[in-house]
Formats: sequence, C-alpha cells, structure tokens
Amino acid sequence: MSNGTADRVAKATPPRVARKIRGLSDRAIAWIFVAPTIFLLLAINIFPLIWTIKLSFTNYKANRIGREVKDIGLRNYERILTDGDIWLNMQATAHFLFWTIFFQVLIGFALAWLIHRNFKGNAFWTTVIVLPMMLSPAVVGNFWKFLYQPQIGLFNYIVGFFTGRDPSSFEMLGSVDLAPWSIVIVDTWMWTPFVMLICLAGLRSIPDYIYEAAAIDRASSLRQFFTITIPMVLPFLMLAVLFRGIENFKMFDLVVQLTGGGPGSVTELTSINLKREAFEKWRTGYASAYAIILFVTVFGLASIYVKALNKVKER
Amino acid sequence: MSSHSITESSSRAKWIAGSLVILYALITMLPLVWIVMTGFKSPADAISYPPKVVYEPTLEGYVNLFTTRTRQTEDYLLANPPENWADEIVRQYDMVIVGPSKFGERFMNSVIIGFGSTFLSIFLGTLAAYAFSRFRIPFADDLLFFILSTRMMPPIAVAIPIFLMYRSLGLSDTHLGMILLYTAVNISLAVWLLKGFIDEIPREYEEAALIDGYTRFQAFYKVVLPQAATGIASTAIFCLIFAWNEYAFAVLLTSATAQTAPPFIPTIIGVGGLDWPAVAAGATIFLLPVMIFTIVLRKHLLRGITFGAVRK
Repeated sequence: MSNGTADRVAKATPPRVARKIRGLSDRAIAWIFVAPTIFLLLAINIFPLIWTIKLSFTNYKANRIGREVKDIGLRNYERILTDGDIWLNMQATAHFLFWTIFFQVLIGFALAWLIHRNFKGNAFWTTVIVLPMMLSPAVVGNFWKFLYQPQIGLFNYIVGFFTGRDPSSFEMLGSVDLAPWSIVIVDTWMWTPFVMLICLAGLRSIPDYIYEAAAIDRASSLRQFFTITIPMVLPFLMLAVLFRGIENFKMFDLVVQLTGGGPGSVTELTSINLKREAFEKWRTGYASAYAIILFVTVFGLASIYVKALNKVKER
Repeated sequence: MSSHSITESSSRAKWIAGSLVILYALITMLPLVWIVMTGFKSPADAISYPPKVVYEPTLEGYVNLFTTRTRQTEDYLLANPPENWADEIVRQYDMVIVGPSKFGERFMNSVIIGFGSTFLSIFLGTLAAYAFSRFRIPFADDLLFFILSTRMMPPIAVAIPIFLMYRSLGLSDTHLGMILLYTAVNISLAVWLLKGFIDEIPREYEEAALIDGYTRFQAFYKVVLPQAATGIASTAIFCLIFAWNEYAFAVLLTSATAQTAPPFIPTIIGVGGLDWPAVAAGATIFLLPVMIFTIVLRKHLLRGITFGAVRK
C-alpha cells in the first residue's frame, strides 16, 4: 500500500522542479539553444527582406551615396509589371524551368527504376551518377563553355560524329535557337541525379507485399506499374519537382558562367536580369521591387504546389 | 512458374538494367574526365581539332595556374638559366616566372570560409535542433517552417540589402562577413537534418543520465552528442559542399581579400584568350576534393539529399 502512495507523490512532483535544482531549467536551456539561430536568421534573412521592401518604394541608387532618396510609392512595381523586356526574361525562365524539370523527371525516374532492379554494383554506379550535382555550378558552367566551343569542343565533336554534321557548323552558346537548349542540357546533366535519388527513395518505400498481393490477383506487370508503382512514387516525384522548381527559379551561377544571359538576352533568366539592374545599372530601388515580385511569385507558386502535394499524399 | 520470387527481377532484367545505368554513368562522367585530361594538355593540344584523346601530358596548365609570368628578351633568358622544372616549361614561350598567382590565396579563402561557416552552422544548428527535438517550444512548427522558408529567397534578392548592410558595417570583402552569410544560408538545412538525427536517439538515454545526477547540459554533451556524431558529420559535409560551391554571393560581395575560388577560376587568362589547360587545372584541383568526399562518404550523403522525402 505504502508503495502506491510513494508512486503517486512522485508523479505529482513536476519533473521540471526536480531538474531546476541541478543547473538551468529546461526552458532556459531551450531558449539559449534556439536564440542564436533565430537571431542570425533575423539579422541576415528577415532584416534584409524588410529593408528590400522599404527600398522598393524609393528611387535609391546604391552607387550615389549623397543623393537624396525620394519616396515614389508604387512607381517601381508599375514600371516592372508593364515592361515588355521583363516578360521576355520571365518567358526564358519558364522555358528553362519547364524543360529542365521535364527531362530530369523523365530520365531521373527511369534511372531510379533501373537501379531499383538491384543489379550487382548498383551502389557504386549510383555514386558515379550523383557526382555532377555535388560540384560548383559556376565552375561546371565554365568548363561546359569549353565543351560547347564550335570547332574544338568535345560536345560539338561528338554530336558531329553521330549526326555527320560539321562540328563547326553550329554554335550551342552563340545561336539564338540553340542557347536556351544548351543551358537545359547542362542543368539536366547536373541535376537528374537529384530527382533519381528521391525517386529511388520512393521506390524503396513500397513494401513488397503489395506487389505480391497484386501478383496473386494476376495483375500484369504493366498494370502493376501503373496502379502501384506510379501512384506510390508520385508524392516523392512531386517533392523532387518542388525542390528543382525553386532552385531553378533562383538559377544564377551556372547560366551566368555558360552564356552570361546571351546571345542578346535569350538566356537572360530573371535572376541574371535582376543582377544587372541591381549591380550593373545600380537601380537599387527598382531592383528591390523586382526582387520582391520574384520572391512573392516563388512563395505563392510553392504554397499552391504544396497544397496540391498534400492532397496527393492524403489519397 | 518462374523460379525467382515475385518482387525480385530476373537475372536478364538485371543485366539489361545494369548495362543501361552503367552506360548513363559513363556518359555522365565524360565531361569530368575530359576536364581532368585537359588540365594535363598543352594549350595547343587543348584546342586541336579533332579533340585529342592521346597526347603528351604536361604540367604546363598547373604551372600557369599557380604562377604569374612575364615575357623576357633573349639576352636575359640566356644570361639566366632556368632554376627548376617549372621555369623550364615556361621558357619555351620566352617567359620567366615572376611570382605566385592569386590561385593559392583564393583556394585558401575557400578553405577558411568553407570550414569556418561549416563549424558555425553545425555548432548553432546542433543546439537549435536539440532544443526543437527535446523541449516544448512555443510555435515550434511555425519557427521550423520559418527557418526552412529562408531558403526560398533567390540569393540575388537578398544580396542587395546585404550588400548595403555589409558596406556600412565594414563586412564587405571580409572572411568574417562571408562566414556569417554562409552560416545563415546553411543553418536552415542543418537544423532540419540534425533534428531528424536527434529525434532518432531514444530519450531514455538522457533520462537515465539525468537520474544519475547529470545536468541537462552534461546529458546533452556526454550522451546525445556522441550518439549524433554520424548525423553531425554528414550534415557538416553538406554545409561544407554548399559553402565550397557558392558563387552568387561570392562574386557580389568579395573582390580583393576574401574572394573564393569559384569566381576566380573562370577569370584565369592566358596569352591571347582563356588559358583552357590552366582553367581545367584549377577546376580539377577545386572539384577533386568534393568528388573524393562524395565517393568515400556516399552512404551518409545520399541519406542527406533525400531527407525531405524520406522523413514523411
């Protein structure tokens, strides 16, 4: 009987009180542990964001320090949204986004599906395939520029070898028609492994018994593929698309090194255009408004997409 | 009836799958192999048509990468015989080595900023992840989402105010400024990854330690940290690779003193245009550590990449 009473007393004593006796309370430790991270993010992410919003309503130019800064209301936003050139940049970005995601999903899923056959040595070859995505995009862009050289480049030589065309007859980076595809090719080479890894995680999450049950029901392997494999991997695939979408919307380093936005401005993605406005033309206020528009676009599209993703997951 | 189990592929299917994957892997490796090969070519071999697969290897690219050279008169060259093998290579172009290039310095900047920011992100990230994992923090989910959402910002968008802020604080083009910046970018991933790893460590371990008279701090330090060591190590590699590869902030915020290697490598100019062997040599030296890292630590890395998908 007395044993039970002791238990009840022990339960009634809040553990927090007991711990306070030795060292700091859990609450204090929690805040001490979290505070530096939150502080750093506030200082280097949130404070700059608020500052950008403030600048976006002004005509500030960062290269003229003494100049009077005027509040010009929504003028910057108005000018950006009615500027035809910016819509061209948006189109270039959309083309890049759509085709990189299309090829990466297609090849990435196919590779994952093949690797999932568990052939001998698949772990090693998976690692080899993953290598490009670990590298510096700026340096990668720079050396692909070498591969794309019309006369001496390896890429042109190989294409020429297989198609019989003269390797110096086409310029991947110099021609208006080919340049948008040249950046799609490099990005696909670099990031297909990412989609592949996520698909592989998806494939490995499907329990064997589902296939076994389907086989007992005499479902053909094609049917199994469309009714089990695809629906089960879809949430993973959509997540990969989300990550790639956000990353490629922000794309800067790889393309700057490859084409610098040229020829003309056919590969001038929004980030490159933004950099020009902010750090070459020094239209700081205008560029801030531009940055806010881009951020709202990514955030808005991502939220809608996440909602759709959650619906797929619930099914 | 076939002899193999229903979910295991037949050996023929495996053979076909394996060959296709290996074919893709070989194609994917081609640009990387080519860049390593170009680093050992002479400038003439690098731009020859058709592209040379067999050639006489030379260290010219590497010599050009690490040195600055100047053209000299014939009299001077005759009066001063080459001092070493590197000098000898340069002499064939009537040049002499006058000093080291900026590459060594830029590479060291990459090392300092990479390791500095990785250390800081891991230090702060582990503390925050532990707190999120073990304590009830008000609005924990909102805070975690806030931490992650900071990654959605295009770097150029944040770069404008950071440029202004750093200019007024005197942090532009300093190692400290870049370390703080990369830490701020990396910490969101670090907190998320580490929280996952710490969540997996049973709470009972610490509770046992607390009963034995350890303080929370000691329990964290002596029980949780050793258990989370592998997770911390793989997160650290991710942070290091990001900081190592970063270009956009580096090109905008650094120039003379704290510039890292990625903005520097593409600017290596030789006599009459880009010196491709030197550029390739720089790329090789810069990329090789990452490739070796990836192959050696593949198990931990692959888990980190897919964390978002696997967690759910």
